[in-house]
Amino acid sequence: MKILLCISNVPDTTTKIRFKDDNKEFDASGVQWIINPWDELALTRALELKEGSGGKIEKISVALVGDKSTEPTIRKALAIGADDAFRIDSEPKDSYYVANQLKELAKDFDIVMCGIESADYTSSAVGGMLSEMLEWPSVSSVSSLEIEGDEVKIRREIDGGQEVVSAELPFVAIVQKGIALEPRIPAMRGIMMARKKPLNVVEPIQADVLTAYESFELPPPKADVKLVDEENVKELVELLKNEAKAI
Amino acid sequence: MSVLAYTENWDGKFKKLSYELVSYAKAIAENLNTETVVASIGAVEEEELKKLGNYGADKVVAAKDEKLKNLANQPYAKTLAQIAEKENATVLVFAHNFTGKAVAPRVSVKLKAGLAAGVTEPPSSYDPFIIKRKVFTNKAFANVKINSDKKILTLFQNSFEIKETENKASIEEFTPELTDADFRTEVKEVNKVTGKILLTDAEIVVSGGRGMKGPEKWENLEKLAEVLGAATACSRPVSDEGWRPHEEHVGQTGKIVAPNLYIALGISGAIQHLGGVSSSKTIVAINTDKDAPIFESADYGIVGDVHKVLPQLIEAIKEVKAEG
Ligand SMILES: Cc1cc2nc3c(=O)[nH]c(=O)nc-3n(C[C@H](O)[C@H](O)[C@H](O)COP(=O)(O)OP(=O)(O)OC[C@H]3O[C@@H](n4cnc5c(N)ncnc54)[C@H](O)[C@@H]3O)c2cc1C
Repeated sequence: MKILLCISNVPDTTTKIRFKDDNKEFDASGVQWIINPWDELALTRALELKEGSGGKIEKISVALVGDKSTEPTIRKALAIGADDAFRIDSEPKDSYYVANQLKELAKDFDIVMCGIESADYTSSAVGGMLSEMLEWPSVSSVSSLEIEGDEVKIRREIDGGQEVVSAELPFVAIVQKGIALEPRIPAMRGIMMARKKPLNVVEPIQADVLTAYESFELPPPKADVKLVDEENVKELVELLKNEAKAI
Repeated sequence: MSVLAYTENWDGKFKKLSYELVSYAKAIAENLNTETVVASIGAVEEEELKKLGNYGADKVVAAKDEKLKNLANQPYAKTLAQIAEKENATVLVFAHNFTGKAVAPRVSVKLKAGLAAGVTEPPSSYDPFIIKRKVFTNKAFANVKINSDKKILTLFQNSFEIKETENKASIEEFTPELTDADFRTEVKEVNKVTGKILLTDAEIVVSGGRGMKGPEKWENLEKLAEVLGAATACSRPVSDEGWRPHEEHVGQTGKIVAPNLYIALGISGAIQHLGGVSSSKTIVAINTDKDAPIFESADYGIVGDVHKVLPQLIEAIKEVKAEG
């Protein structure tokens, strides 16, 4: 069995978002790039599954659509423990384009894992689009995944509760919080080994782009907080009632 | 031509969220001078379906196949794409929740319709089609242009005002064409949250952070939630430590909420936390540290010990409620 992790290269979660060129483009100066947090958790879970599979899971691969500048992020995934990596050498133009790029590669795998959303363009779309292009089932908002024999047992969050779902292979798992507790940190040995692991560069295929970013905006600045004395809690409640009309 | 909204149901009932979606679809349909069609999947009584007309549905198309009882991404997407084709829908609207995120991207591929996820208002322009959506985990907005003939939007919760209209809805049953190959996942167990206000539905959310000091100290927070009719939430370390269940975790890596009122108790206001709560209409913070970043995002605040403030807050709210 083989598992593919689709990962994305995103600004560190503490990044102060800024734009340039008349708000037409994201200002990447000084930004630290990381593996998208959900993808990192998914990778951690995939590695746990492989280690517990008694050899049944032969390989964990990662795939990323991006230019050469994303390679440190891919190397990090290899250092965490992925066996090999594919970089599809193109700008990730939109979700539809990215899913198309991943499609050919994904066909060789039994389980494809994607994060529920990427911390940059946050569309929550690549995993779902990819599964439809492959005509595979998808299970989304997955918070736990176990493999028991030939059956995959999944816990997923739904609006208003949880479900336990079983899925046939091959399928796409779109994962979120809970899939693994903490992301695995690469060890020194992992970092050394990562340098020798294959990082295959793949040419992009011709694919349509359905959306384009025209411009960006930051939310309007917030008015200063109104502080109420801790001895005068009643005043806060009055404000909430009469001014904010929130209670 | 038509604008199609998909409204999910909860045990055969719709919610405020459903009506918000219909109102939103109606606003777009009016601009395009076309019909508002609403699709429903699963067992919903006629009377409940008819309610969608109160918010602008001209037609409700109900797919009632027994096999579609539980959400399954693949057959749901197929059903909705079939309805969209039958109704000649050019704009499709979903909620930006677990269900919308599960189904909309699949429908997008089926119809080759460009997707704008997490939109907060109707398009600013129809030709070209340009719409504002949230990006960078709610830290910014983008104006995105959709180039395809068909468009799919997922609407961020609590961002569009519900409007009642005269009810003119007709109701139609629909039998989707599905095969066994569409059902390759199976729901074994469903655990619904009952008897509690759901975090994502709540008008008011009371949330606790590490400043609460321990799981045994949640009693007053729960009491406050009770007097306000609020849902309870927490910061990530609180759920990581197991003080509170994971479902309560809000923020960039947890749930995103946008209530009318968000009360942050002993929460520092880390950027990842704010990513999940900053769309709340009013934010109140109670924190001992006057320099805590949460005060930069809050509308109202008290610098003080949450355990001293909470009992007074509960009493003051009870009084105000009693006054009516
Ligand atoms: C990739 C990534 C993703 C993350 N995602 C999330 C997320 O989704 N959600 C999230 O919440 N966090 C997230 N975090 C963690 C985030 O960075 C913060 O660590 C976290 O939000 C802090 O939680 P807190 O405010 O409860 O605790 P702290 O930061 O420890 O703050 C506790 C606050 O309580 C105050 N306090 C102490 N005692 C009292 C008292 N008696 N009365 C009143 N106030 C008191 C203190 O002044 C302090 O401000 C993420 C981090 C990373 C790296």
